[in-house]
Amino acid sequence: MSWFPASAPHAHAPDSVPRIMGLVLAAAAPALFCGVALFGWPALNLLLVTVITCLLCEAACLRLGGKPPRLFLGDGSAALTGVLLAMSLPPWAPWWVGAVGGVFAIVVGKQVFGGIGQNLFNPAMLARVMLLVSFPVEMTLWLEPRPLFSSQAPGFLEGLAITFGGIPNIDAVSGATVLSHLRTELGLSRELGQILPGRYQPGLAGVGWTGGSAGETSDLLILFGGLWLLWRRAITWQIPVAMLLAVLVLSGGLHLADPRRFAGPEVHLLSGGLMLGAFFIATDPVTSPTTKLGQLIFGAGCGALIYIIRVWGGYPEGVAFAVVLMNAATPLIDHYARPRIYGRTWRGQSRPVPERAKHRAVGSGETE
Amino acid sequence: MKLFDFWGGVHPAGQKHWSAERPIELLPMPARLYVPLQQHTGRSALPVVAIGEKVGKGQLLGREQGGVSASVHAPTSGKVVAIGNFTAPHASGLPLPTVIVESDGEDRWVEREPPPDPFTLEPEQVAARIGAAGVVGMGGANFPAALKLDKARQAKVHTLAVNGAECEPYMTCDDRLMRERAEQIVDGVRLMLHALQAPRAVIAIEDNKPEAVARLRAACQEDRNLAIAVVPARYPAGSAKQLIQLLTGLETPAGGRGTDTGVLVHNVGTAYAVHRALRLSHPLISRIVTVTGDAVAQPQNLEAPIGALVDDLLAFCGGAPAAARLLMGGPMMGQPLPGAQVPIVKGTNGILALTAAAARLTVEPSPCIRCGRCVDACPMGLMPLEMSKRTRCDDLDGALDFGLIDCISCGSCAYVCPSHIPLVQYFEYARGVLEARQRAEQKAKETRRLLERHQARLAREEQAKADAAARRRAEKEQAKAKTKAGAAA
Repeated sequence: MSWFPASAPHAHAPDSVPRIMGLVLAAAAPALFCGVALFGWPALNLLLVTVITCLLCEAACLRLGGKPPRLFLGDGSAALTGVLLAMSLPPWAPWWVGAVGGVFAIVVGKQVFGGIGQNLFNPAMLARVMLLVSFPVEMTLWLEPRPLFSSQAPGFLEGLAITFGGIPNIDAVSGATVLSHLRTELGLSRELGQILPGRYQPGLAGVGWTGGSAGETSDLLILFGGLWLLWRRAITWQIPVAMLLAVLVLSGGLHLADPRRFAGPEVHLLSGGLMLGAFFIATDPVTSPTTKLGQLIFGAGCGALIYIIRVWGGYPEGVAFAVVLMNAATPLIDHYARPRIYGRTWRGQSRPVPERAKHRAVGSGETE
Repeated sequence: MKLFDFWGGVHPAGQKHWSAERPIELLPMPARLYVPLQQHTGRSALPVVAIGEKVGKGQLLGREQGGVSASVHAPTSGKVVAIGNFTAPHASGLPLPTVIVESDGEDRWVEREPPPDPFTLEPEQVAARIGAAGVVGMGGANFPAALKLDKARQAKVHTLAVNGAECEPYMTCDDRLMRERAEQIVDGVRLMLHALQAPRAVIAIEDNKPEAVARLRAACQEDRNLAIAVVPARYPAGSAKQLIQLLTGLETPAGGRGTDTGVLVHNVGTAYAVHRALRLSHPLISRIVTVTGDAVAQPQNLEAPIGALVDDLLAFCGGAPAAARLLMGGPMMGQPLPGAQVPIVKGTNGILALTAAAARLTVEPSPCIRCGRCVDACPMGLMPLEMSKRTRCDDLDGALDFGLIDCISCGSCAYVCPSHIPLVQYFEYARGVLEARQRAEQKAKETRRLLERHQARLAREEQAKADAAARRRAEKEQAKAKTKAGAAA
């Protein structure tokens, strides 16, 4: 009989890091397919570029660090970073945007900190922020949906040409997302009543028929994916709920105060990357707080920052910035938002039993 | 009954089906019994028999030393063949002073007086009899029961919580005991209430044991002082602190006792042992042990004499050749055993033999992804990931700051950890180092104290010498002055 000393427990929940990553990947798949279906082959090409870059960088870094690549590549975290990065990029972005983003996400965003579990920032969002700051033109190349195999959609070879050779006639395809349109028009002191009609249809935006990043447009599918993750307990409800609630409260309140200047909650909730951010990005366990209270604070902070950046900031969309900023606040939140220890007060002193409660009979005299 | 809730907890697979339907069977008396003198918290018992001495069943082998200690008795009649060190049922495999009794096959009781009606006795006398029978907490804590009762009576507890939760997976010994010997348990509970002078007892049973609930309910139907609390099956509902929280909504203060909440927790097995001690004058010399696990040919519940080897029990259950991990206790808090050649003791609720697959011996830990599942699962409100992170880099003060000393080692955190980090192992290690540190500090303090005393004594002696010299000098001067005066006169 083999014997080596090891402490209890000797039973274990049927759970593992690869399983959690797999669940998140599976939950993201419908929205991702939807993005590919809406924006055509270039979106798929970009996805492959980011995922392959992420995996290669992860393998190279692990090799450099002398860690077993097999064990760590198998956890699925690098692939997930690649997928989330692709989902948050403009679907027709050139290949090198995806590649640079992938390298940055894994090498600078993750491995420099020490690999899985050690990174301070969400790698995909850090890469997206870097790309947006460095390549503003390529990163704001939005287009209206042109479904795969439709007449406007590029064919397979054309798609390869777009991703790897550049878009032949940029002005003919590029447009604006709802949020960037809003921002431009509000900047020209137009009123919402004039801006939104024709430009924004909540129903269509909900299913994804709108301009935006490759995987963020279909709020409905993202919501389904997120709810499924909640049901499978891969994520907890605190962050998404706090985040969406913060946006809802802020946008609703300001919309009530001045409906001509502030778009309503339906526009904010169903635009841009909010839904993707709430269920798939901000819930990244590594870079978010570990306690329930901390997660509520974190989610609310993300939501508030997103709204502030969208309305008053320098960019039309702020999910990536908000998440990265709140990532930076996570250690602080974790430091203060600790649970109360059993038998102790919040300050850590022994918590005496209240004199009155001491004499209360158990079950209060019932015999059942 | 109104129940409260405890924090966190996990839902491990019950695994009770292996043995739950197997009635308690008597283990045939082994040829040799290895009775350790230390089977309890506190000080070891002192042997009162000599090698070669004939002993009757139930005869005192080791007498309690006073303070926190408990006596041990002969599980059967026979001859004391050795008193020496024998491997303890502990992961360390270290030896413990043990009395080895060779059975004569007669199983003849030692001469006993017929027990008086316990309810005519004073509470102190009831507790004293329980103590004399060597009864300790059978739930795993192994604290001498009489002492616990006396202290709780002095603390004026109002409720005895009888713990039949049995939240450990695989374990069914309490379940079987409750199903088959409900009346004896209820009698034991009444006797303990008498010893406590407390008005009320609540028997807490997890809702996955409906038959035990029904039996006990029937057994205490008439008594308005007894109640059954059916608690939801969630680990660790059977931990004393969590059970108190479940029943009262109160928390045991940190550094305090459970009785601070007005509730004393005792295991159902202890109640049964109390019944036997007071009604039959049977000392605690046998107990129910669940022998189970996927490596055991025929899992079952055995009534086994204390001191029987794990090997004897496994052999009776058809052996466990494929066992890769042998545990004393359940999978959540059980102790790994160094082998099957160790005796079962008063606190042994089960022997768990797991195959390599079931014990998940091949699972490698991976880095923490900070998912916070351990924080959610901790019934004590701790942050296990932060504690282990600090322990890893030897920042034990940091780990203490996160509540290391409040950890009850229930294993819920390590159970849910998706990275398979052996969190409890870290905490045990940290506590070991802290204890060593405390001992070293204590030693340094003691050394300093002794040194100071030594120096003070030297100084005193020096002073005394100087004083004596001064006195002598003064006397001499005086004498001289006298002679001078005399001469002058």
